[in-house]
Amino acid sequence: MTEKSTRPPGPLSDATDVERPVSFRGGGFVVQPRRLVGPVVFIVLIALWELGSRSGLISALVLPAPTEAFSAFMDLVESGNLQKHLGASLQRLVIGFSAGTVLGLIVGTAIGLSNYARAGVAPLVAAIFPIPKIALLPLFIIWFGIGEESKVATILFGCFFPTVIATYGGIDNVDRTLIRMGQSFGLSHWNIIRKIVLPAALPAILSGMRISAAIAIILLVAAEMIGAEFGIGAYVLLAGNLMSTDQLIAGVTVLSIMGLTVNWLITKAEKTFLSWRN
Amino acid sequence: MDLKVDGLSHWYDDLEVLRDINLTIPQGEIVCVIGPSGCGKSTLLRLLGGLEVPSKGQVLQVGAPPPDSLNPLTYVFQDFALLPWRSVESNVSLVLERHDLSKEQVEARIADVLNRTRLTDFCKAVPKQLSGGMKQRVAIARALSVNPAVLLMDEPLSALDSQTRELLMGDLIDLWTREQFTSCYITHNLAEAVRLGHKVVVLSRRPGVIREVVEIDAPLVERRVSDSRISSIQQGLWEMMREEAQSADLELARG
Ligand SMILES: Nc1ncnc2c1ncn2[C@@H]1O[C@H](COP(=O)(O)OP(=O)(O)OP(=O)(O)O)[C@@H](O)[C@H]1O
Ligand SMILES: [Mg+2]
Repeated sequence: MTEKSTRPPGPLSDATDVERPVSFRGGGFVVQPRRLVGPVVFIVLIALWELGSRSGLISALVLPAPTEAFSAFMDLVESGNLQKHLGASLQRLVIGFSAGTVLGLIVGTAIGLSNYARAGVAPLVAAIFPIPKIALLPLFIIWFGIGEESKVATILFGCFFPTVIATYGGIDNVDRTLIRMGQSFGLSHWNIIRKIVLPAALPAILSGMRISAAIAIILLVAAEMIGAEFGIGAYVLLAGNLMSTDQLIAGVTVLSIMGLTVNWLITKAEKTFLSWRN
Repeated sequence: MDLKVDGLSHWYDDLEVLRDINLTIPQGEIVCVIGPSGCGKSTLLRLLGGLEVPSKGQVLQVGAPPPDSLNPLTYVFQDFALLPWRSVESNVSLVLERHDLSKEQVEARIADVLNRTRLTDFCKAVPKQLSGGMKQRVAIARALSVNPAVLLMDEPLSALDSQTRELLMGDLIDLWTREQFTSCYITHNLAEAVRLGHKVVVLSRRPGVIREVVEIDAPLVERRVSDSRISSIQQGLWEMMREEAQSADLELARG
């Protein structure tokens, strides 16, 4: 018995009564928040980029230094043009996105609930969804004119289809026993839709919104590159034409921040409305 | 109010599920229905509550439901069917919202049923925070809140572990002793059937016909598993079930 504590455990030990802790092998494969890593990677990349530019490793023609892009951005702020560009872009984005989402919700709900709407409209949606909406912009310009309407229509169209598909997909996956339950307690058709079907489809609807928001920003820039005086897209296009890459980077950064903000808003909405999931 | 099934048969396309069922569920009694898997028990229950229309025959309400009954035929589902985004009290209020009740009446009803099912402390919890047994108690509370004339229960305890099942069975017996509710109770579990049923209806394999109706006249509160009469009835039911289940299996094997 004294042997037990003195002899180290090892593959060679043939004694059967050696005690040793079971080795841990269950680690990894768990998603955990690491808050600092993201910002650190970001800062390191920017710092390397800045160093590269200063040392001449990256030529100013290829890529301007971050500080130059930043001063281009400050110029934009101080001249008051940022407000004009951003205001014009946000207006188009908000109108196009909300109208597209509301229409998409209505049509998606109709397809989800009515066999006729599904048979009639779903194939149409499937046929039009894959068309890049920007290819239709010239058509929209002919229909609605070169002004705001054609740009908003492009964004609206772009948001409409993903929302339709997400909504009726979500409704298809609603647990049928919940609907049965509603019927068995005599809830009206409208109450079942409002209190059971739509809340149950909300997770799918919100993830559809995440996709359509990204599409909206892409289409916004594309539409603004075709005939717009103001707008972040127009600003980026002009910068590109003038080969002022510092302004281009500044504009693109604004777009990225816009995307991040929208994403953050949707995450926030998910946290508020879907708190029951966890 | 009694519920009467009159010459009822049902098909799904070519599949004959139920054949010529005649059955009465008298007021104040629990009628248990047992039968092999797939014999049409759930179908029978859906037909009873008007969730489906029988291919032949009919389901009749004999006499008027009590005037204060908001939803005479009320279900309790096997998988609870609670809305996961609503709290316990709000799951109950869902089925009261459509009726012309004042806010105070709704609140009073919710408080009453949660008290009767011993859930008052959990009124703000959401289903995810509850154990299976508590979820089913919420579903029972919801069903009681509309003052049902007949409770239609489809294997209400099947999703629960055996201890919880035993406890909930006790709850149901207490409840019945207090307020003699009427119920059609579908189950796989013979012990449940002999503990809860005033009548046990044995269905044959598909197409389900009534093979036998066993009356048990011992009062619910006095039934014990150890009671020799109860266990001999259970034994008898098992003999019948075994034959049916075996031949159903053979049928499957032969294709
Ligand atoms: N909506 C439906 N359409 C077609 N067939 C169905 C439908 N519902 C049930 N069936 C079939 O009818 C038969 C009886 O089903 P039912 O669910 O009533 O059986 P059950 O006795 O409740 O079975 P279990 O004990 O497994 O719950 C099964 O063979 C099933 O496949
Ligand atoms: Mg069943």
